[in-house]
Amino acid sequence: MKFTLAWLKDHLDTQCTLQEICDGLIALGHEVEEVVDPSQTLADFRIVQIKDAQPHPEADRLQVCSVDDNGTIIQIVCGAPNARAGLKTVLAPIGVYVPGIDIVIKKGNIRGQASNGMLCAYSELGIDGNSDGIIELETDAPIGVSYITYVNKNDPMIEIAITPNRGDCLGVRGIARDLSAANLGILKPLDMSEYEGEFDSPINWQISPDSQDIVPRVTGRYFRNVVNGECPDWMAARLNSVGQRPISALVDITNYIMIDLGRPLHAFDADKIKGDTLYIRRAKSGEKILALNEKKYECTPEMLVIGDENGADDIAGIMGGERTGISSETKNLFLEIAVFDPVSVAATGRTLNIHSDARYRFERGLDGESPDLLAGYIARFIQMICGGKVSHKVIAGSGVVWQRHITFNPSLTQQLTGIDLPHQEQNDILDTLGFVIEQQKDGVWQVMPPSWRNDIDGQADLVEEIIRVAGYDKLPMVPLPSLSVVAQPAYSESQSRPIYLRRMLVAAGLNEAVTFSFMSQEDAKLFDGGDESLTLVNPISSELDCMRPSILPNLLNALTRNLNRGVKNVRLFEIGPIFQDTSEKGQSLSCAGILNGDFQLGDWQDKARPVDVFDAKKMMEQILETLGVSSQSVQIQTPGPAWYHPGQSAIMTLGKTVIGSFGMIHPEILSAFDVKMPVAAFDCNVSAVPLPRKKNVARPLLKLSSLQPVERDFAFILNHDVSAAKLIRAVKAAAKEHITDISVFDIYAGAEIGEGKKSIAVKIHLTPKDTTFNEAELQKISGDIIASVEKHCSGILRG
Amino acid sequence: MADIDSLREKFLSDINQAENLDQLTSVKVDALGKKGAISSELAKLGQMDADSRKQSGQLINAVKQEITSALAIKQETLAKQALELKLKSEKIDVTLPSRPAPQAKMHPLSRTMEEISAIFADMGFVIAEGPEIETDENNFTALNIPAEHPARQEHDTFYLKPDADGNRPVLRTHTSPVQIRTMRSTSPPIRIIVPGRTYRSDHDATHSPMFHQCEGLVIGPDIHMGHLKATLIDFCRSFFGVDELPVRFRPSYFPFTEPSAEVDIGCSREGGGLKIGAGDDWLEILGSGMVNPRVLENCGYDSTTTQGFAFGMGVERLAMLKYGIPDLRTFYDSDLRWLHHYGFMPHDIAGLHTGIV
Repeated sequence: MKFTLAWLKDHLDTQCTLQEICDGLIALGHEVEEVVDPSQTLADFRIVQIKDAQPHPEADRLQVCSVDDNGTIIQIVCGAPNARAGLKTVLAPIGVYVPGIDIVIKKGNIRGQASNGMLCAYSELGIDGNSDGIIELETDAPIGVSYITYVNKNDPMIEIAITPNRGDCLGVRGIARDLSAANLGILKPLDMSEYEGEFDSPINWQISPDSQDIVPRVTGRYFRNVVNGECPDWMAARLNSVGQRPISALVDITNYIMIDLGRPLHAFDADKIKGDTLYIRRAKSGEKILALNEKKYECTPEMLVIGDENGADDIAGIMGGERTGISSETKNLFLEIAVFDPVSVAATGRTLNIHSDARYRFERGLDGESPDLLAGYIARFIQMICGGKVSHKVIAGSGVVWQRHITFNPSLTQQLTGIDLPHQEQNDILDTLGFVIEQQKDGVWQVMPPSWRNDIDGQADLVEEIIRVAGYDKLPMVPLPSLSVVAQPAYSESQSRPIYLRRMLVAAGLNEAVTFSFMSQEDAKLFDGGDESLTLVNPISSELDCMRPSILPNLLNALTRNLNRGVKNVRLFEIGPIFQDTSEKGQSLSCAGILNGDFQLGDWQDKARPVDVFDAKKMMEQILETLGVSSQSVQIQTPGPAWYHPGQSAIMTLGKTVIGSFGMIHPEILSAFDVKMPVAAFDCNVSAVPLPRKKNVARPLLKLSSLQPVERDFAFILNHDVSAAKLIRAVKAAAKEHITDISVFDIYAGAEIGEGKKSIAVKIHLTPKDTTFNEAELQKISGDIIASVEKHCSGILRG
Repeated sequence: MADIDSLREKFLSDINQAENLDQLTSVKVDALGKKGAISSELAKLGQMDADSRKQSGQLINAVKQEITSALAIKQETLAKQALELKLKSEKIDVTLPSRPAPQAKMHPLSRTMEEISAIFADMGFVIAEGPEIETDENNFTALNIPAEHPARQEHDTFYLKPDADGNRPVLRTHTSPVQIRTMRSTSPPIRIIVPGRTYRSDHDATHSPMFHQCEGLVIGPDIHMGHLKATLIDFCRSFFGVDELPVRFRPSYFPFTEPSAEVDIGCSREGGGLKIGAGDDWLEILGSGMVNPRVLENCGYDSTTTQGFAFGMGVERLAMLKYGIPDLRTFYDSDLRWLHHYGFMPHDIAGLHTGIV
């Protein structure tokens, strides 16, 4: 909402400075977004007269001017062709900042001639106007006077943000009323007396029965023989200051009153109305209106329109139609002052996607009394500027029901805010804001909000009104009462998991990414997602139209971006939501990552080692360990999901629950993401991993054996398709109570062990229980291991 | 016996002249080996009579001992020389770089959310969570934002396709629906914060379609706006680490709070740079207010006996202001150069014991 200080003072009798007004607006809840004060920026530019202008002896295009600067003759070198003796113009004296060209004027010497200032063009002042040469002023312009004061363009513009509840402040008068409540001036009276008019309006309203509920009030008035010329200069200047281009007197008046009183109007050219009735009704399905913005809108039957015998030509409360609109030839005017249902206007505006100043005000709620109370004021205003004769009012609608009573206990102010404000002061604040208060004997008030405050509907609203005016700086500072002596953890066990995972993965050398929760449906489909129910109806772009089924596609895209920037060895992870469906359970927490390039970096002594599937597996194991799951309880099933290399991937399960996957990304997926190097990836569904059983804080007593452990190496020849996991299970099964660790230290395949065979060598760590192993026991364990491998894996000990 | 003396002389001289451990070993063998000269002399003792044996024995043993000890001393000297030589030959240019190890960083948003959590944890808040695909009811209606309310239009909501029953899920536009979920499932007192992802269909230099908010809700007997003020001032000062940070409360409007306040912190823009602290300018940082009685009623609370406050803040904005990150869009780009510059080490733990700033 833009207005000027002088405009505000039309409604507010105040001695406050611009700064005081701005501070007051902020304190009242109207955020000041911008202030433009030409009296500050252009104060030092003054009117001078050129007494003499001679060609510069050294330069063809320059003139040396003698200038009368308030009685002192100064010399200025000027390049403007219109600089001539006798011309009154504007001087930028030495030391002044010139906004249009962003320089400070210094004493100069131009080709041997002193120059003590600059004669200005409009553009140099940052003002609209013919800037072919310097400014030409009337001959009676007073020398020495500030130019900006002389042309009366020194009115500061203030722009404030109006919160959606304060429709009443979408007019200058509403803002003035708020300021007056805060003792920053006195609200001037507005002449709201009735204006009878001289004749019956030849046009009348008819509200269709199905629209009565959304047209509580509409006033019409016929203006005969008006002159729609240009609006007066003062009005044009104000409209310009707030960014409205003057068009013609009648259009400008409707705009002016909308900004001045927050009262949108619509003017029909009465001669373009067919018949003597304007029908306010629901639109017919598919009914089209060519609106004043020159766009055609197709209406639906919920929408409220106004029209004549030729059809609808006004989208009520939003925008008028081209066919019956005002033009410069308009002689007879029919004016609409209405209150429509805000929800209906909002819905129509949203459906048609029209953003107009009128809609903005209608949907925030208008003063319910304004169609009746302002009809006289507006009639006089139009007549004052455009002349003509005014009809009696024509009124339709049963009236706006705005009256409501709120039972208010003024002690609630302290209860809700902690501010102890005398009841009289609370009463005075509400009174200045236009609320009517009936005090009842038990100290409880009946408060009736004014017709322009649709937003007030309860006691809490009254409290806000009171402390808003009293000042939020009165709020006391009271620390929250302590809940417990010992600080309780803010995070639950499951909420702490992302924190632990993040630290572990960063310490392991992976960088944390945060990517969008959506991606292209195309990418989502590659990762088993892309269901229609998870696509956005109104995405920002097709790149971001589907809730992600996995984090990996986003990380692959991030990888591509990094590789394109020349960043190598990309290791990224993200901990965030993934979506299986739209239900609450359909969202789960994923911890996924990608590894690319070298996992072990090379240097002058070691060769680099590119990432492989075991790097991804290691990450999964570390993740599970961080989540309290021992890797021994996890089963590995091959292959992994389709986006992995079928021979180098797996899913991990805990019982029947899939808790994650790892592997090398499938080459086809890589090429879909334009990645030309292998990528290892892991993806853990953290939500699927159960929380570990609660353990005692104190650990069980540690029993350390003093007996010597023993290591034994075995190599087994197996069929190629026997997995290492199967072999290890077989070994372990042979001597469960003694084997404390099994590690694979060699894999071999070659002609001498036979086609389709492989050898796996394992080192087995045996820990005795009660007494040190003797040779016989070790023989037995070895025999058991060999037998078990033979039985379960058809493997034989390599000779 | 002259023999022994000359042997002694010879061996001591040989020991002295030995240049390396090999030579010394051969001297040792010559002297004390099984067939060594001294050993041979000792062997001869058996053939002597008792007196001579005793006399010669003493003499030879003394020489043996002298040679043994000289050998040991020389052995140590030569070993030391040998080691020095070996060490000298093993010299490496230790200014060469060590083996490269990857260094990674935590995202600044994670750090910022942990900082926020740490400060509020100290004030007795716990973390609450909710789904990001929300119902219209939780995201809007229960929060007193009816269907055609202008405040709803300002939310630029992302919608998903309606389900079979015609319900149209939304991506939550703020973390406030978790207020509703918490109040509907628990009884007062409540003291929660809700850090999380939020979504609005807006994408330009200062808006991202996804961003993070942190909501707060306090419900309890007699919790009033003075508590709100102290809580949020303490938070702002702790978060930015400025004890005297000016904090301003302005009236504002949110459908779910009444009265509502926006919170500004002091700053200075002198010299082009932004500095948080006392200055001539203000930065908007938080929205807050007393929970609207209608919201309390929507959650089944009796608004005449229950009250409290709520607040919400933009996590990216806080991170940008605190850590001098100029561009919002870079948060989600996963540019490793950016992460290395603005990110945090895994040991940078935000906590009251290690500090928030």
